[in-house]
Order: sequence, then structure tokens, then C-alpha cells
Amino acid sequence: MGLRRVPAERVRLGLFAAALLVFPFLASPYWLNLANQIAIATIGALGLNILVGYTGQISLGQGAFMAVGAYTSALLTLRLGLPWGVSIAAACLATAAVGVFFGLPSLRLKGLYLAISTLAAQEIVEWVVTHWTALTGGVEAVVVPAPQLFGQRLNTDFGFYWLGIILAGGTALFTANLFRSRIGRSFVAVRDQDIAASVIGVNVFGTKLLAFATSSFFVGLAGALTAYYRNIISWERFTLETSVLYLAMIIVGGLGTIRGSLFGAALITLLPAMIATAGRELQQSAPAAAALLPSVQQAAFGLVIILFLVFEPEGLSKLWRNVKDYFYVWPFAYRRGEGR
Amino acid sequence: MDQFLQLTVAGLGTGMIYALAAVGFVIIYKASDVINFAQGDLLLFGTYLIFFSLVQIGLPWTAGVLLTMLVAAGIGVAVERTVLRPLIGEPIISMIMVTIGLSSVLRAVVHAIWGPQPRTFPSFLPEGEVMVGSAVVSADRLVAIPLALALLGGLALFFRRTRSGIAMRAIADDQQAALSMGISIPRVFATAWALAAATAAIGGIMLGNIVGVTPNVAQIGLRVFPVVILGGLDSIRGAVVGGAIIGLLEFYAGGYIGHGLNLIVPYIVLIIVLMVRPYGLFGREIIERV
Repeated sequence: MGLRRVPAERVRLGLFAAALLVFPFLASPYWLNLANQIAIATIGALGLNILVGYTGQISLGQGAFMAVGAYTSALLTLRLGLPWGVSIAAACLATAAVGVFFGLPSLRLKGLYLAISTLAAQEIVEWVVTHWTALTGGVEAVVVPAPQLFGQRLNTDFGFYWLGIILAGGTALFTANLFRSRIGRSFVAVRDQDIAASVIGVNVFGTKLLAFATSSFFVGLAGALTAYYRNIISWERFTLETSVLYLAMIIVGGLGTIRGSLFGAALITLLPAMIATAGRELQQSAPAAAALLPSVQQAAFGLVIILFLVFEPEGLSKLWRNVKDYFYVWPFAYRRGEGR
Repeated sequence: MDQFLQLTVAGLGTGMIYALAAVGFVIIYKASDVINFAQGDLLLFGTYLIFFSLVQIGLPWTAGVLLTMLVAAGIGVAVERTVLRPLIGEPIISMIMVTIGLSSVLRAVVHAIWGPQPRTFPSFLPEGEVMVGSAVVSADRLVAIPLALALLGGLALFFRRTRSGIAMRAIADDQQAALSMGISIPRVFATAWALAAATAAIGGIMLGNIVGVTPNVAQIGLRVFPVVILGGLDSIRGAVVGGAIIGLLEFYAGGYIGHGLNLIVPYIVLIIVLMVRPYGLFGREIIERV
């Protein structure tokens, strides 16, 4: 089965790819920076979606897993001098291992209880990072050596863009294909009804751990990329707030959809940036209003989550489908029913 | 020995504030099965509301506490009406995320109104230090213990003796049976949120007395989870005992071992409890095992 079913989808995908190729030559550094952040966020959101959206295991430990990825890759390059490609791969594997470890409670717990145990995982990893000073430098920031490819530095906005979109595209492709396979289907079966899944021969325990491993692998990739893009990492980038941010992305984008991960990552990355831009405009005319900026960003973030949950629980990917369905039969009012 | 007494009083004092926060959480969970990640922000609101009524309006402290509780209860009801009501019956992840969104909004509102700088209000708990045996302990923490216990006792009486308290327990026990007895579920949910917000506000007031009025107050919201898991998610008694144990452990770990261990001891306890006895000390053993 092809990746895209109908010609229109292939055309859209082609247009999107073309836009991605042209974009860095036209965009300002500001937009390139945002695009890079979205690429990293997309990888992280896809990873989290594999676990939460597709397998139904709620995780509040995203920040911790990203920290493992970021610190592993940074320290391998810094202390052992490994090339960046190798240390990123090692970081992904290390994060997968840590993910499996903190996924172990899922063998006994589910739903709310699992969510709370991943909250504990988040706090414990954060504590280890800030207190194991000999290894991580504690609360001090770690400076990461710049990655190079063909003599070019890769952590410029322009250079990193290519790395970012290739890896994000690869992750999306992998995820899409994963859920066409037996393993991916068993993830979904565990989410929908674990007892039924075990009756039809799915090894529920193994599947959950595999989901934790796969998810953490990509989350670790997102963490490692953050380290190389930012050049500097500190524990403050990987707190519970990060976990919440990524959960918001997949909720707003749409649980268990690939498109939704991208949409959500883009929206949650762009929202504060747009508000900040609007704030700078206001700086001249109304300085008092500009001072409220952080509150406005925080309130907007919360409101977006609440409004989506109340009015469109299936997120942006459902809105996108609605728009598509509208034009599919335009100008007639008939809509295709659910079930696509 | 002195250090032990000091740590015990400080731990119990902090533990009782945890208990006040946790009781609100338990009330909401019992009545409506909602996991409230915004509990810390309800505390935060309490702290700033008491600052507002004592310093900015200049009320005497009795009136200030009353006003704070009323406004907090109002916020609780408003939240239940606008945000939680439409989500009844949605999956757990939606409930968790909506209260996280709520926490973000509440924090932003506090930040927008009162700004980030720490404030103080004239303390109405006794200040200074008291000798207990041979140990010196701060008076406000010492007073916080009986005060919180009295409040929690009052709450227990409410659940046993009053009509709405009994209605709440009935709904927690069996929603359909309660409905058929003519109990209004929406009204009980609203009462639960009002009660939870009001008790959290009292916790916030005490916390404001002890540590001052700062945005950091909200961080206590996360400490609620070890407390309620240890005590049992649906047990008020558990919230009190769990709060005391977690508070004591934190201070003993910080005092005797150090290394910032007090920060994660509650979470280590949390994981152990989840693995060994997920329903906690006093919770009902209805948890679904995998």
C-alpha cells in the first residue's frame, strides 16, 4: 500500500515538500529558527504520540526523556570526543533504555496511576541531572561542541534546517509505516482494549515496553537535537513544563495522528512567538500592556488546551479533515460521514 | 534530640499544609473522578487573595479569611461549571490536560494581577520562636498543626453529619443509586469544587503566613500526588496521615542526609507505594490491575 492513497494527497505532499525545500532560501533567520524549533518539536511530539496517542499510556516524563537524550549526546561528544552522529545514535538508544526502565510500572499500573508514576520519573531524573554534578555539571549549563558536516557547521539556522527536516520527515515516515505493521497494530490494540488484545495473542507487557522504547528513542532524538542546535543545555529546558508542552502539542494536534503531531508542534511553538511579536509592536504604543506579555502567553497556552478539549477534542487534524471534506464536495453541502 | 524535635514540628507543620491541599484534591476525585493538577494554583489564589484583602483592602484578618474562602469557593464553582462540566465522561488524558491548562490560566491571572515580586502581609499566626522541651521551633508552624487538624476534623464532621456531605458520599459510592434517590449530581460536583477550593485557600493562607506570598506557592500542587497516593486517592483520613508522613520524611531527609534529598524522597515513596500498594494506606481496593 502506498503512503498516500489518492492523487490529491500526493500533490499536496509534493507541494509541501517543495515548500520545505524553497523555504530556507526565502525565510529570515527568525523564521528559520522557528522552523527548526518546530522540526525538533515534531520529532518529540511524534515520539510522545506513539506512546500516548497510539498506545494509550499517559506519560508526564517527556522532559526527563529529552534530558536523557540531550545530556547523553552532549556528554559523549564533550567527554569522549565521539562524532556527533554517533553520539546522537547512542543518545537515542540510551533514552530508549531509560524509557523502558520507567515504563516498567506500566506492567502493573494504568491510566491515572501510570501518569503519576511518570511524574515521579520526571522529578527523579531532574534531581539526578541537577545533583550528579560530576557527570552532568549540575545546575551549570553544558556547552556542546558544534556539529560539523563536510567542513560546514551544522548548528547554524540554515545548516540545521536540513538536518531537522530530514530527521523529522524520517520520523514521520517511520511512524506512519509502524502503524501499518503488526507491531504498530498491536500498540493500538493495547490502547483500545488490553484484555481483548491479550486474547487475540498480543503480548501486552512486551508491547507496552516496546512502545515505551520506540517512543523514548524519538524523544531522545529530539533532546539530542536540542542540545546540538542550542549549543548549550541546562536542566531548566527539560522540566515538567516541557512534558506539559509536548502533551499540549499532541492534544491540540490530535491524539494518535501523524499530521496532528506536526500541526500541534507548529501551533504550540508559534503561539508564544506570535504573542511576543505582537507584544513588541505594543511596546511603543502601550508599554503597560507589553509588561503583561508573559501572563498573556501563559494564559493563551492554557486556554488553547481547554478550548480544544471542550470544543474539538480530536484536535487540529480533525479540523483539517473537516476543511478537506468541505472542499471535497464543494459547492454542495453534503459531507462525507465519519469513518475515514 | 533537639534537632529531631525541630524537624518533627517543622515536618508536621508542612505536612498539615500538604494535607489541606490534598484534602481538596481528594474531595474532587471522590465526587467526580477528576485528577486536579490545578490544586497548587488554588492554593496560590488563596495566598494572593488573603494578601489582597488584608493589605490592599485593609480588612481585619477574620473578615479577610472569610472573604478569601468565599471568593475561592466562587472560583471553584465557576471552574467546575465552565471547564469540567463539558468533559464529564471523557478519557483520563483529557481530564489531566484540562486541569493542566486550567493551572496555566490561573497562574497567568495571578501573575497578571499581582506581578512576580514576592509580597508579605501582616502575619496573624503567632510569630517568633517557642521552646518545645529543649528545642527551638518556629511558632507559626507549631500553630499550623492544631489549626489544620481542627479544620480537617470539621470537614470530616461535614461528611458524616450534613445533608450535602452525605449526598457527596452517596455519589462517590454509586452514582446511579444516588441519582435515583433524588440527589443532584451537578450540584454535588459544584459543592465539591467549592469545598476543595476553600480548603486549598486556607492552606494557601497558612503557607502565605509561613513562607510569604510568592508565585512559588503553586509548586506545592505537585507534592499533593505523593501525599494522596500514599494515603489513598479517595480517603480524607489518608490525606491527613499521608500529608504528615510526607512532610516528616521530607524534613528528616533534608535534616539528616541533605544533598537536596528532601526534594525527591516523596517521589521515591510514591513509586514504592504504587508498586506495592497502589490504593494507598486507606484507599478503597478497587484499583484496576493490569
